[in-house]
Amino acid sequence: MGDPLFWHRLQFGFTATYHYLFPQLTMGLALVIVIFKALGLRTSEARYSDAARFWIRIFGINFAVGVVTGIPLEFQFGTNWARFSQLSGGIIGQTLGMEGMFAFFLESSFLGLLIWGEKKLSPKGHFGAAVALWLGSWLSGYFIIATNAFMQHPTGFAVAVDGTLQLTSFWAFLLNPWALGQYAHNMIAAVVTGSFVVAAVGAYWTLKGIHPVQAGLNLRTGTILGLIFSVLVAFPTGDIQGKLVAKHQPITLAAMEGRFESGPRAALTLIGQPDVTMHKIENPIKVPAVLSFIAFGTFSSNVRGLLEFPQDQWPQNIELLYYGFHIMAGLGTLMIGLMALAVFLLWRGKLATNRPLLWVVMLAVPFPYIATTAGWVVAEFGRQPWLIYGVLRTAQGSSPLVHAGHTAFTTLGFAGIFVVLSMLWLFLIGRELAHGPESQAH
Amino acid sequence: METLWFWLVSVMVAIYVVMDGFDFGAGILHLVVAKTNEERRQVLGAIGPLWDGNEVWLLAGGGSLFLAFPKVLASGFSGFYLAMWLVVWSLMLRGISIEFRSHVLDGLWRHFWDTTFAVSSVLLPVLLGAALGNVLRGVPLDATGYFSMPLWTDFQLGPQPGILDWYTVLTGVFALVTVAAHGALFLAWKTEGPVHVRAKHLAPRLWLLVLVVWVAASAATTRVNPAILHNLPGAPLAWVAILLYLAGLGLVFAGLVRERYLLAFLGSGAFILGLLAASAACVFPVMLRSTLNPAFDLTALNSSVGGHGLRTGLVWWLLGFPLALGYVAFLFRFHRGKVAAAEEGEGY
Repeated sequence: MGDPLFWHRLQFGFTATYHYLFPQLTMGLALVIVIFKALGLRTSEARYSDAARFWIRIFGINFAVGVVTGIPLEFQFGTNWARFSQLSGGIIGQTLGMEGMFAFFLESSFLGLLIWGEKKLSPKGHFGAAVALWLGSWLSGYFIIATNAFMQHPTGFAVAVDGTLQLTSFWAFLLNPWALGQYAHNMIAAVVTGSFVVAAVGAYWTLKGIHPVQAGLNLRTGTILGLIFSVLVAFPTGDIQGKLVAKHQPITLAAMEGRFESGPRAALTLIGQPDVTMHKIENPIKVPAVLSFIAFGTFSSNVRGLLEFPQDQWPQNIELLYYGFHIMAGLGTLMIGLMALAVFLLWRGKLATNRPLLWVVMLAVPFPYIATTAGWVVAEFGRQPWLIYGVLRTAQGSSPLVHAGHTAFTTLGFAGIFVVLSMLWLFLIGRELAHGPESQAH
Repeated sequence: METLWFWLVSVMVAIYVVMDGFDFGAGILHLVVAKTNEERRQVLGAIGPLWDGNEVWLLAGGGSLFLAFPKVLASGFSGFYLAMWLVVWSLMLRGISIEFRSHVLDGLWRHFWDTTFAVSSVLLPVLLGAALGNVLRGVPLDATGYFSMPLWTDFQLGPQPGILDWYTVLTGVFALVTVAAHGALFLAWKTEGPVHVRAKHLAPRLWLLVLVVWVAASAATTRVNPAILHNLPGAPLAWVAILLYLAGLGLVFAGLVRERYLLAFLGSGAFILGLLAASAACVFPVMLRSTLNPAFDLTALNSSVGGHGLRTGLVWWLLGFPLALGYVAFLFRFHRGKVAAAEEGEGY
């Protein structure tokens, strides 16, 4: 615990994980709001604008928490990871600077207009504000993913004589194939979170028998979007992401699967507990040859195991990485099944009366949050022991003079702040849910 | 190219101080100029649609510093570790206060957020002003290019000062009264009724206070960092900046006398911009001064990234900067005129 690196990592992991609970919803809801506003403009039916108005209020609360919990992440580059920042700032500073210039200004300028501007603006103007927020938040997502992609699979740079990383190709850096794959996967996952929340609120109102028009609209929209996007998050985007890991981080793939021995026709472990010291999975349930197919597209491919690599290049938290991957993939599969069943019943006109399934849809809200968080656990623990894969080790990236006493203090401070924020969030969201949608005469 | 980026970063930071400065000012005066809920909603309505965009200048400026001078960012942010987090926590508190206050119609709820808004708005300029004081005074940078400072030691100057010593406390106080005076003009311009009247009465007194503290802070700065006076004759940009802030100061008092508060507000913006530009011109090319040895200074020339990165950054910066100014112009135009308190459920 006296090791500053432990605290730096704990603080970043903790603050980033907490922060991303909010943007994953706002980025997903931004698209849902645009869809409702567009339908409202086309049909002039009040129920679409009413739905949009409700979700804009939820969006506003989440966006505010997302903004204030995002600021600490930007600062931590300099405060806690000074050597990493000093070496790579010329590259990742580009995307972080562009995020401010092109995404944050756009979002912050139109946020107030979206939340409070419905009466001041024309219907088209208000729709425009929704589109601006959608574009801004998705653009912001790209710059962050591109920054992370540079750490996962660095491209477009050269190492200078003084050891710093210098940009050599802006486009190779910005359009890193890893960034494209990870962005698609991540943004679709955000829409999954948004859809599950919309569906759950629809299910809740249906079960309570209140706000019937809005209950039906949200249930229908949430489940249809939920099915489409929870399929897309697995295939093709999850598949693309898996193949990127197999190609560029083979050690990570082995650790995610708890695979120690190399060999062809690699089996996919569905469940089991990794014993890293004994190099085996206990109580495994496996599907033969499927891992080879997922990783390389043929059943006969050789998938290398951890023992083929030097141990100092293994990720340190193999257990967490293994469970992170299995929780993400397992929940992802369950979510596809749940939404497929819900949409099937919706199509047969029986969803609104199927109370057991409505309960499940309502209580499934945490699933996309857990799956997304587990996915980022895989990405970030899988990158270890590297801060920039193959270039800079995590242990070499922290601030040289910041000691454990400093970082423990700020980490505990964040714990306190986040407890308060969580209580405020629960209170305000609870009020909005209790208040429900309201219709406004135009 | 390094010189250009030194100025781009300086411009971004200066715009941040001018823009978020009036938010801070409104927050500092919030409890003083606005007594009733209705009046406080006027203050919050005036800055509500603007504060988030204003804060982005800090993030965009930080991003520019990061991409052009990562050594300065790494050394400064890690060196001022605890002070940085106090700034971040205050920014978080300020943002939440503005955004959450109007959600619940309850006297205690609103009183709580009014107070946290005011407290965070006082802390922020003091901390940021003290940060500027540290940059002007210097920090114990050694040959590694890093330093570590406690929040305070004995409040004396010396080779190993604390982040807060008598000088940086003075610059912090100067920042506090300046943004309070700046915010008073903004509120006098944007509001009517009792808030307008109170802001109008406070503004001249605050500006007289600014003059007093300014003279003291300037005298102290020339003592703490004599190099500034030595550089002045050879820094033509500094003279331009001095003209700008003197003209700004003239406008402030002309506007106050004639009760033309937009004019006075623009003047106070020019005053802050000019003051920061003059400081930047006088310390150039030094970005972080070492109290141990001038050879350890981090400068625009020894801390910048390679030319390709700087040129690439310039291309998108030239696209993004006018866009950002365009948003600011759009927002001010959209929210033109005097601010009335929003109806319940309809705004800040």
